[in-house]
Amino acid sequence: MKPLTNSFRDKLQFLNEAGELIQDLPRHLKVNRLVDFYQTLVMIRLFDKKAVALQRTGQIGTYASCLGQEAVSTGIGFAMQSTDVLANYYRDHGAQYLRGVKLHQMLQYWGGDERGNVFEGDAKEDLPNCVPIATQITHAAGIASAFKLRHQKRAVVATSGEGATSRGDFYEALNLAGVWQLPLVMVVNNNHWAISVPRELQTASPNIAAKGQAVGIEGILVDGNDIIAVQTAVHHALEKAHSGKGATLIEAETYRLCDHTTADDATRYRDANEVNQAWEKEPIKRLQTFLHHQGLWSPNQETEWVQHCQQHIENEVEQYLNMPPQEPGDFFDYLYEELPYAYQQQRDQFIAKAGGVQHGH
Amino acid sequence: MGINEQLHQNDNASLSQTKIVTLVEAVNLALYRAMNDDENVVVLGEDVGTNGGVFRATLGLKETFGCTRVMDTPLAETLIAGVSVGMATQGLRPVAEIQFMGFIYAAVEHLISHAARMRNRTRGRLSCPMVLRAPYGGGIHAPEHHSESTEAIFAHTPGLRVVIPSSPTRAYGLLLSAIQDPDPVIFLEPKRIYRMVKQEINDDGIGLPLDTCFTLKEGTDITLVSWGAMVHETMQAAKELAQEGIHAEVIDVASISPLDMDTILMSVRKTGRCVIIQEATRSFGVASEISSRLAEEGLLYLQAPVAKVTGFDTPMPYFKNEQIYMPTVNDIKNTVKNTLEFA
Repeated sequence: MKPLTNSFRDKLQFLNEAGELIQDLPRHLKVNRLVDFYQTLVMIRLFDKKAVALQRTGQIGTYASCLGQEAVSTGIGFAMQSTDVLANYYRDHGAQYLRGVKLHQMLQYWGGDERGNVFEGDAKEDLPNCVPIATQITHAAGIASAFKLRHQKRAVVATSGEGATSRGDFYEALNLAGVWQLPLVMVVNNNHWAISVPRELQTASPNIAAKGQAVGIEGILVDGNDIIAVQTAVHHALEKAHSGKGATLIEAETYRLCDHTTADDATRYRDANEVNQAWEKEPIKRLQTFLHHQGLWSPNQETEWVQHCQQHIENEVEQYLNMPPQEPGDFFDYLYEELPYAYQQQRDQFIAKAGGVQHGH
Repeated sequence: MGINEQLHQNDNASLSQTKIVTLVEAVNLALYRAMNDDENVVVLGEDVGTNGGVFRATLGLKETFGCTRVMDTPLAETLIAGVSVGMATQGLRPVAEIQFMGFIYAAVEHLISHAARMRNRTRGRLSCPMVLRAPYGGGIHAPEHHSESTEAIFAHTPGLRVVIPSSPTRAYGLLLSAIQDPDPVIFLEPKRIYRMVKQEINDDGIGLPLDTCFTLKEGTDITLVSWGAMVHETMQAAKELAQEGIHAEVIDVASISPLDMDTILMSVRKTGRCVIIQEATRSFGVASEISSRLAEEGLLYLQAPVAKVTGFDTPMPYFKNEQIYMPTVNDIKNTVKNTLEFA
């Protein structure tokens, strides 16, 4: 299969920051599809804003925002098949949403409730958010190995930030993906900041996509603020994976317009001018401009869609806030398939401490 | 015909047959049986394929089941554990080998942060039916980092099972159960006794329970609790003590975690005295846990303080001095006598 770009140095872009299409849309994308892309991006940004507000008012715990990086995860979600598996880190609200994870579940997760990981739909085999950096990528390699072993036409998309590329798990999985020709797509959201450490202190490599070359797999650099480029690269990589032609590394270059998490204060280490300049390149405005010019999106539609999103988000927040508490026995009942006798007394103690009485599941 | 070929001979023709094997051959037989009975069982690790593992535990598996199910991985323990976690979430039953326990630490993040809690954190949506095997313990004059006993790290992690066989029959039965178990199992193989004794085992594919200790010898005067290779020193000590009229009960813990405390408590209730023998460093270990539980739940049975015979709180010495570090039959006998002499 022909590589998507000539070199890992060529940054794939369709839609520039002014909202101009600089090359023809790829064949697999019809222009109307971009409206769906846009609508989801808006939904995710509004949800993200709401989630930060919920954290500020003490209704969820520490939250990792995806502000400014929505096109990466949303683009992935629009490229994946329902039978593929997502092994994501913690800024993948877009892909998770598109794969059927409910917004109230995301709030549950960040609200300190394990039930936020009980995914259904396309996400039923997806891994839960992975907090230990890069470890999801080796898991993804294992899932991809299972698909290959069973001759299933399925693939895994593993996401991470650029900080994760410094870790052994990233290199070890990347290396294995090359040796075993795994149906694995590794997407790195290079948002330039791993908490306070800039991209330049992570690697002396010209870019992260270059690292594919060392292990014999295709590396693609894309403008991560251009959802068309992201979706196209992931679509290409998945086609390759589904047809048994191996793995791909995709570096999606974007910018973390938010703090690392709500527990972080990026003004301590980052210049305001840099952030302001990055806002000029953010992913949603450029697509809105393009759709306006194409006559595919109007101010009225915008108003209506924003209202729709806000209503949906409010409903999901309500659902989150009204969830019945977890059964305290669950912490023991899901420890092993069957609770070992050795822990039965502790289970009773835990339930008594929680002030409830309940039965096993 | 090599030993291994003889071992596997006629396996498909006959469901069960008796074989006389060493502990490492029993591991091999259990792997063979498990792979034969369940196509979801796969083996991965360093040198497990053509080489059959550095201790030959996986000998012949690649030839029989092919390189898609017996996978030589790149030299990366983190990867081996992480890939196993991923495979297990898809319902495969990976049996991963870490070549020596001293190299397991790169895998620990995956075991503690993922394997042990995948079922819990997804509320049963995903699980992790994997086995991580590693030869462990000292006494074979191995290089640095090849002789440690750090089972307590894993026993301290809820969600894992830690299983340690001390004989060919228990290696076969416990490994089969570990592979069939729906949750992650750390299976530590005492390499010093890999080829120490042979036992007749019935290769019937039937596992041994993972929730019980094994009482190897009944006695009335004192309870000796051990696991792994130290079971042999413990049994020898019990035998020699018997000649002096001291009747020790010997318990092989086998399943370190979750721990079957009831068997130990019942024994101590009978004998009133207990010595725990572990090869690992003295402090914060499995012996300490058993001792603490005896104090909490069996204090009124005890006629003497619980004693421990252990390694020392130092790194495992290089092999010239490893025998000083490791508990001996005499150490056990002396501690037993001190415990019996306590008023």
